[in-house]
This record gives sequence, structure tokens and C-alpha cells, in this order.
Amino acid sequence: MLTFIRKRSVASLFSLVGLIVMVFFLSRMTGDPASLFLPVEASAEMKQQFRELHGLNDPMLVQFGRYVGDVLTGDLGESYRKARPALDVVLEAFVWTLWLAVTTMSLVTCAAIVVGSLAAFRAGGFFDRAASMLSLIGASVPDFWLAIVAIVIFSINLAVLPTSGTGSLAHWVLPIAVLFVRPFGIIVQVVRGSMITALSSAYVKTARAKGVRSGPIIFIHALRNAMLPVITVIGDQAASLLNGAVVVETIFGFPGVGKLMIDSILQRDFNVVLAAILVTALAIFFMNLLIDLAYALLDPRIRH
Amino acid sequence: MAEHLLDVRDLSVEFHTAAGVVKAVCNIFYHLDRGETLAILGESGSGKSVSSAAIMNLIDTPPGRITSGEIYLDGVDLLTMRPQERREVNGKRIAMIFQDPLSHLNPVYTVGWQIREAMTTHGLQSEAAEAEALRLLGRVGIADPQIALKKYPHQFSGGQRQRVMIAMALALRPDLLIADEPTTALDVTVQAEVLALLKELQREIGMGVLIITHDLGVVAEIADRVVVMEKGALVESGTVGDVYRNPKHPYTRKLIAAAPGRGAMHEDDQKGDVLLRVRDVRKSYGAFEALRGVSFDLMAGQTLAIVGESGSGKSTLARVLLRLEEPDTGSALWQGRDLFRLPPRELYRLRRDLQMVFQDPSQSLNPRMTVFQLISEAWVIHPDILPRSRWRERVAELLQQVGLSPDHMRRYPHQFSGGQRQRIAIARALALEPRLIICDEAVSALDVSVQAQVIELLDRLRQETGISFIFIAHDLPVVRDFADQVMVMRKGRIVELGGVRQIFEAPREAYTQALLAASLDPDPDVQASHRARRAASPSPLSME
Amino acid sequence: MTVSSTRTDSLSADEPAFLRRMGRMLLADKFALVAAVFLVVMVVLAIVGPAWLGEEALKQNLRGRNLAPFDWSRDWFWWFGADALGRPLLARIIVATQNTLLVAAGAVLISAVIGTFLGLLAGFSSPRVSQAIMRLADVIMSFPSLLIAVIVLYLLGSSILNLMLVLSITRIPVYLRTTRAEVLEIRERMFVQAARVMGASSRRILFRHILPIVFPTLTTLATLDFAYVMLAESALSFLGIGIQPPDITWGLMISQGRQYLTNAWWLSFWPGLAIIFTTLSLNLLSNWLRIALDPTQRWRLEMRGETRG
Repeated sequence: MLTFIRKRSVASLFSLVGLIVMVFFLSRMTGDPASLFLPVEASAEMKQQFRELHGLNDPMLVQFGRYVGDVLTGDLGESYRKARPALDVVLEAFVWTLWLAVTTMSLVTCAAIVVGSLAAFRAGGFFDRAASMLSLIGASVPDFWLAIVAIVIFSINLAVLPTSGTGSLAHWVLPIAVLFVRPFGIIVQVVRGSMITALSSAYVKTARAKGVRSGPIIFIHALRNAMLPVITVIGDQAASLLNGAVVVETIFGFPGVGKLMIDSILQRDFNVVLAAILVTALAIFFMNLLIDLAYALLDPRIRH
Repeated sequence: MAEHLLDVRDLSVEFHTAAGVVKAVCNIFYHLDRGETLAILGESGSGKSVSSAAIMNLIDTPPGRITSGEIYLDGVDLLTMRPQERREVNGKRIAMIFQDPLSHLNPVYTVGWQIREAMTTHGLQSEAAEAEALRLLGRVGIADPQIALKKYPHQFSGGQRQRVMIAMALALRPDLLIADEPTTALDVTVQAEVLALLKELQREIGMGVLIITHDLGVVAEIADRVVVMEKGALVESGTVGDVYRNPKHPYTRKLIAAAPGRGAMHEDDQKGDVLLRVRDVRKSYGAFEALRGVSFDLMAGQTLAIVGESGSGKSTLARVLLRLEEPDTGSALWQGRDLFRLPPRELYRLRRDLQMVFQDPSQSLNPRMTVFQLISEAWVIHPDILPRSRWRERVAELLQQVGLSPDHMRRYPHQFSGGQRQRIAIARALALEPRLIICDEAVSALDVSVQAQVIELLDRLRQETGISFIFIAHDLPVVRDFADQVMVMRKGRIVELGGVRQIFEAPREAYTQALLAASLDPDPDVQASHRARRAASPSPLSME
Repeated sequence: MTVSSTRTDSLSADEPAFLRRMGRMLLADKFALVAAVFLVVMVVLAIVGPAWLGEEALKQNLRGRNLAPFDWSRDWFWWFGADALGRPLLARIIVATQNTLLVAAGAVLISAVIGTFLGLLAGFSSPRVSQAIMRLADVIMSFPSLLIAVIVLYLLGSSILNLMLVLSITRIPVYLRTTRAEVLEIRERMFVQAARVMGASSRRILFRHILPIVFPTLTTLATLDFAYVMLAESALSFLGIGIQPPDITWGLMISQGRQYLTNAWWLSFWPGLAIIFTTLSLNLLSNWLRIALDPTQRWRLEMRGETRG
């Protein structure tokens, strides 16, 4: 088990390095970072000053070395608009997004596993067909459109839920509900497919020959095996939930990292943008590690 | 009428498939008593496993449907029971073991957990189940049962896994054990041990055993009575001795005649030139040494059979000789050149001379190519063999040579039976006009009656064309009528190498003798005398 | 052999032509059939839309501002109502089809070709090359794709081509991973070994033996991905960094209608519905393809077709 984690971590280290390189080059992509980092109205002297101050005239490699050093010491520059370390600004917002994502993903996972398993158990039956159709529709709805429609119905016409902010629990309902729909639709389909395979497998036949009841056959014998492909998809969906968060947070005025990023781009607060990318990428990176761990926990064949 | 333990009456089952409704079994009758062993003998597609699935309530409906019949267990019809009662029967009164224990054990739970579950499902307390699981694992001959309980299925060998399955099945001392091809995937020596274990446990518990098999040898070894199935119908039944000596149905007669190892052996003549001279080949995968110094000569126009159990290195040897893998050291002289050191350009030319026929023809033929494309691919790769204008004619010729019809060339592999597919694979190998064909378990995936025909075809080709063969097999009888030389391998080394007559009639090495003793003879009397001899002097070999 | 040969012989009439067979299987699944018809209509609209209704879609009509839908007395392209500048919504949706589908199709095509190529490479070359490619995929996968797109578009300026490129980069790993996994499995299959024994070159093995087997999976994947990319493009356009006016896509139309939510819901509703129906059709078709292209699953559709007559 430990060797597995070690091996996996070493492999991931490469990705981490690659990631930092990408972020660096992203910031240098336009050729002149000075005009990128400074407000539009900045004068030529200001830009020159800025370049000297940040060593932007140095060779690329030196700049890169310094950047890596900064990243490792947690120094991601200042936010120009807020005059605070960019990392602080990002982390503050990130906590909100994290809560939003974790809550949504937990709900999605539980609901999708139950619905998908039951659909698979009576494949072709009424429940299966209803669940399949609903999950397909769920997977096809654009989240921003859903958010707008939800606002029209629940906030404007019925006036039961707030449109934006974070004050109370009610503020969380619409963002979570909107973010829930697409991953749910996708994961239900994967669970269903994977469970159908597992339920028709040889070891399920053995369990039936032993006289095991349907409940344990579905949720103990088949599910744990069926979870392996499902976990991969849960990971992918959790990552793309951050995509959804950009849109949903913007619409619902939710102070998460997605909204921060869009705002910072519009305000040309580029240090914050880069810090936000690095933080979310790190988060996804650690989540992938968790996913691999979950794999190993579920399947002894990977552990050994 | 006396009540039997199991009484299957007038059972018919059908399945809905793409090709329409298939009658898998049709109005079959059989019965079984306590302490008795009944074998259901049949080849693939005979429906031999269907009735047991009906007994265990394992038929999925749809696509399956039981259209007629009753299945009585001690006089109670299983088919009219309520689902709850039916579930109580499974595992407690009837247990089952399967052909492929690796896929039939749940990969993500320990074997201890799975054995315990068999008992706790039917109401045993978990502590009691734990203790009993420990005892059972010891009883079926697993070393260190305490540790083994905490292991996962993939950590055992094939034979051990089948022992675990047996422990699990017998946990509640069932009245009836159904064994569906329980030893088919196992090595011959392990097969003998598992069958012996089954017999022993049967005596101990007094259960009835229903064994489903395609192997006459297994029937002769373990069964009291046998029923023979063909295409869903029960064509013959009786005691094993009667059926073997006086088969009434032509199909039974054909099965018995097809059993390998009854024809004349080739005479040992070591003349001719050396075609291939292999010296001291070694190959390791990490710490595992697959080949530990193998040397032999192959004469032109002869057949060398390489026989060994799993892990013997026989398939690695084939792959190394064909340069599908690179050996660590060693040489293989072919027309004066070491083929392990040929540069790619010359290796490409060598491919014409050296061909291979694989084990499972359903996998060695690209499913998306027609027979014509499959065979003519040889000439696409080696364009100088034959001008394109003659391809069609030559494919037709080759198909006829292997016993197929020229109009088969437009079809796809899945439209053929297993034996026909292997003939296509042979035709493909012949297309390059090779001088040596290596057959890796080329008949072991085929039905017995088909095996005999394919071997006959290979032998005829050898006589007609003078092609040499290296024929790899896990079982000795298969090579008896076909080989000139036999090489027995074990754990990467050659145990014994000699003429076919010498190996079969006067084996020198203990391992060769054990292999011969372990391979099952279809004649129940021969098997009985084998058993008697084994009982007198317990086998020195434990394969695990 | 006679045992089984008689059985197979009766089955082995010559294979029906591929297209006829697919057509028959499509008829067997009515959801997939409707989806396919819908998509064909969409593609036709995408091709002829701008030429056909381009004028109507741009002409402002101040008297018809935020005109409510279902006014049957007007021309048919007014039936979905009109936007804030009095332009008929239905006409605009039809015109927008072209950009919406073009961006998605372009992105899918680029990412599928590059991803498949890299996947074949990763699956068939040395472990070191394979590892390098896979790590690259990991890096791409660990960025939230929409954020990357937002930034890159912001830096490079947004155009249809940039949008395609950005979206395709984020989708490359999907094809790469699938292709590599399949190649790794297929190259161990015995028919590939058989081809090697015959002396087939790596190129022949890759393109003649492996790619045809991977292809159905990739087709299914691309159909599914088309829906995904469409949603992503819509989201970008919605955020204001995708397609810029006066060009239009469905996502942009939703965005434009957003400020009139309280009094004219239809501005955002109809283009959203267009997106939903198109992605839903793609999803349905992808599910159908998954079965229809799998030789071991195909019988389900063929059987259904037969029982129906």
C-alpha cells in the first residue's frame, strides 16, 4: 500500500512540475507581461519601472527559476486592486468554492449511486427507463441556463429563494441544485452501466448460488466492483464542477474562486488570476491523488 | 417409485438470441442419489450446463425461459417454490463450483470473508463461521489457513482457488454439489488432486455430486453414471462402464473414438538435417526465470512436441523463437544464422519461413477482416511471394487444402465454428509457405472431436509438404499420435527429451511418469487401476 | 466439427452492407431515430440558415421590442417572440446554429485527431515516451478547462478559430487516454501477435489492425464530446468571452436575454431549449452508437428490430 502511494506520488510530482511550468508560460504568453499585469492606463515609464522591479528583462530561465522559488515559498504576488497578497485573496474565495463543490459532489455521489444501482438491478424496467431518460436530460442541460430559469421561477415568480449572496442556508440551495444536475446525470449513467456489467459477472453468479439476498448482492458484491470506473468519472466531474462554479458563482453572486477569477480578469488583476489557477490546479491535483487512493482501497489487486 | 435426491423430469429451457429462439435443453430426464456421482458429458453448445443453471435458479429470464419440466429435490419441486424458499436451498442444500474460480470469486473481498458469507447468509453466527472457515481451508489442503483467510483470490494459484471454491461450497455440508467443469482450466497434475479431493469429501459428507464436463477422462475418473448430451438433447445414459464399452448412440461413439492417444505412434527415426539448433536459451521477467537454459535440435520434416504445465516456460520458448520477445542469452541456429541476432531486415525475410498457429482461433483472427483478407495479408506484407492477380486462386486452393470451401473467403471469422476458424488460421500460416510452424496449444481450446480432426490435418500437411512442426501442449495424450520427438518441460528447464515411443512407453524421469499418470484415460477400467496404484504409492508430487 | 458447422452455416449468409445494417438498427431504437433526424435538421439549418434568414435575424424592429411569443398572426419566424431590439428569436436561433455547431465540430475534430494520434503513440511506443505523453495529459486535466479557456481567450482575443483551438486543447486528454487504454489492450490480442509473426510493420499493425477496432469507441466518444464542447462554448459565450456580437451563438443569445429576465423570459429560454435538444440528441445518439458498434451488444438492437417485424 505504501509503495503504491509512493509510486503514485512520484508520478504526480512530474505533473505538478509541468503544471507550474504551464502557469508560468501562460503569464508570459502575450510577450509583454508588463502590459498584462498593469492597469490599461499605465504609462510607458510605469511599465519600464515594473519590468525592472520584477526582473522581466532577465533571461527567461532566470525568471522561471525565480518564479519557481516564489511559488515554493508561497509568494504569488500582490493583488493590485485589493493591495493584499494574491494568495490570501484566492484562498479566502477558494474556501467558499470548496464547500460548494464538496457539498454538491457528496450529494451527487450518494444520489447517483442509489439511482444508478436500482436502475441496473431491474435493467429495462420502468424505473430504469425513467432514470435513464432523466439522467440523459440532466446531462444535457447547460448550467447557466438552468440557473437563469431557476432564478425566474424561484426568486422572481415564487420569491421563495434569494438570488444572490451567502447570508443564510437558503442562499446555498439554488447554486447547489443547479450544480447538481449535470454531474448527477452523467454519473447515474456510468453507475448504471458499470453495475449492469458487475451484476452479470461470474462472482455474482457464485453469490446467487450461495443463496445471498438481492440487497447484499447489489450493494456489497456488485457495487464495490462497479465503483472502480465510477470513481474515475466522479473525479472528472468534480474537476469540471469547478468549471460550473465559474458560471454559477457569477450568476448567483457567490464569492467563490470562479467569480473571483472572472472579476479579476475584467479588472486586469493578473496576479490573482494566476494564483487562482495555481490553487485550483493544485486542488484538482490532490483530488486526483485521493481518487487513486480510493482506487487502491477498493481494489486489493491495485494494492499488491 | 423410490424418491431420488435429485430428479430432473422433462426439463426444457430456451433462450432468445439474435438468431431467434434457441432450445438450449429439450425434454431431458435424469436423477441422482446421495453418495452418487453423475456426470453430464457434452461438448460446447450441447446445453450441458443449462440444466444445472436451472437447478440453481441462475437462468436470467429473459432471455432464458423454462418451458417445461420439474426439478425435484427430495420430492419437492424447486421450480414451483417461492423465491424465499428457493434462496434458502441455494448454498445450504445445493452448492456449486465453477470452471474458472478466478472470475467466480469476488476479487475485492478476502477469501475468508467469502467463505464466512456462505455460512452467515444461512444464519450462522460470525464467530462460528470464522472458526469453521479456518477448519475448511485446512481441510481442502490450503497451507497456512490462518493467513490464507486474509488473502484475496488473486493471490492464489489456479488449483488453490478451486480448493477455496470447494471449501466455500461445502461449508454447510450440502446434500448436492454441482461441479461445472471444475478442473478444465487446471494443470493435469492439479486436476488429479482436485478430483481426488472431491471424491474424498463426497465420502465424508455423503452428498450427491453432479459433475458437468467435456472430458471423458474426468467421467472415467470420478463418475458412477453418465448422461451424454448433444445439441440440447440427452442422447445416452447409463453407468460409466456400460456407456464406454457399449455406446449406443453414434454421437457417443464418435466422442469415444475422438479421445486422443489411441492411434499409432510415429516410429523414432532421427535422420534428416537439423533445421533448428537451439542452445542454452534463457529469459527472465524480473526475478522470475521463465527459461533456464533450454537446448534442443529440430530435424527437418519432423514434429517436436513440447509438453509442460503452466509456468513451465513452453509458451515463452515459442515467443522467443518467433522473436515476439527477446531472449536474455542463448542462440538458435537456423540455416547457419543465429535468428536471435538477425537485424530487422533479415528478420522480416525469416518470417516467411517461421510461422505460428495460436491457441484460440477466435482471438487470433482479426474479427473485422474477411477470410480472403486474413489469408492474403501474408502477400500484402511479403509482396514478392505471389502476384496480386493470383491471390484469389491461391486462397481458394489453401482453403481446400485445410478442408474448407473456396466460397468461405468472403465471410468473417465469427461466422465459423471453432474448428473451422483454426483451419483458417492454419491456411494463413501456410500462405507464407513456411518451413516450420509453431503451434502454441493450437487445439486445446477446441472440442475433443474437433481436436482430433485438426491434428489429423496438421499431420497430413506435414506429410504432404514436409513442413516441420513444434507443437506445444499442456497434456501428453494430445501429442501422442502426432509427435516424432517429445520434450517435457518444467519450471523453465527440459525434464526429458526423447522419441515419442520412449516417452510414452518408458519414461525415465519421475516428472514425466507423474504427468503420464495424471492424464486421465477415457477407459474407466484403466482409470480404476491408476487409482489403485496411486493409493498404494502416494504421488511424490505436489504441484503447489 | 459437423456438430457445430451445420449450426453456423445456417447463420452465415453474407453480411448485409454496413449502412443498411446501421439503418435497420436505428429504426429499432425510436429515441435514437428521433435524435438522428433532429440532428440532421440542425446540420441542414446550420448550412442554409445564415443565407436563408440572415437578413431577418439582423433587422431591428423597434415596434416589436421584446415581443411575446405565440403571436400566430405574424410570420412564422416571429412565433418565438423577439429580442430587445425587436429581432425575431426563431430566425436568430436558426442563424446561430451555424456558429454553434461549427465551433463544436471544429473543436471535436481537432481534439479527436490530435488526441487519437497521441494515444496511438503513447500506446505503441516505449514506456518513456508513453509516460511523458500521459503526464502531459495529466497536466491538462488538472486545470479547470473553462478557466484556462477564459484566460487564453482573454489574452489572445476571441474568434471562432481561437475558441475552437482552446476548447480542443482541453478535450485532447479524453481521446488520448481512451485510445491509449484501448491500444494497450488490443496490442496484446492474438491477432496482433499473429500479424507480427507474419512480419507486418508497426505502421500496418497500428492502422490496419488496431485503429479499426478503436474507431467505434472513438466515434461514440466524439458524439458525446460534441455535446460537452457545445455546452462549454455556450458557457464561454454566456460569460462574454466566447463569440462576440454581431456574431451569434445560442450561448450568447442566452446571455443577451439575461438582463430582461424579469419581463421577457423567452429571450433566454428558447436558445437554452435549442442547446438542450441538441445535446440531448447527441447523448441519445452516442448511447445508441455504443451498442450498435459493439459486436457483442449489437444483437439487442437487431433482435428488437426483428420482433417488431
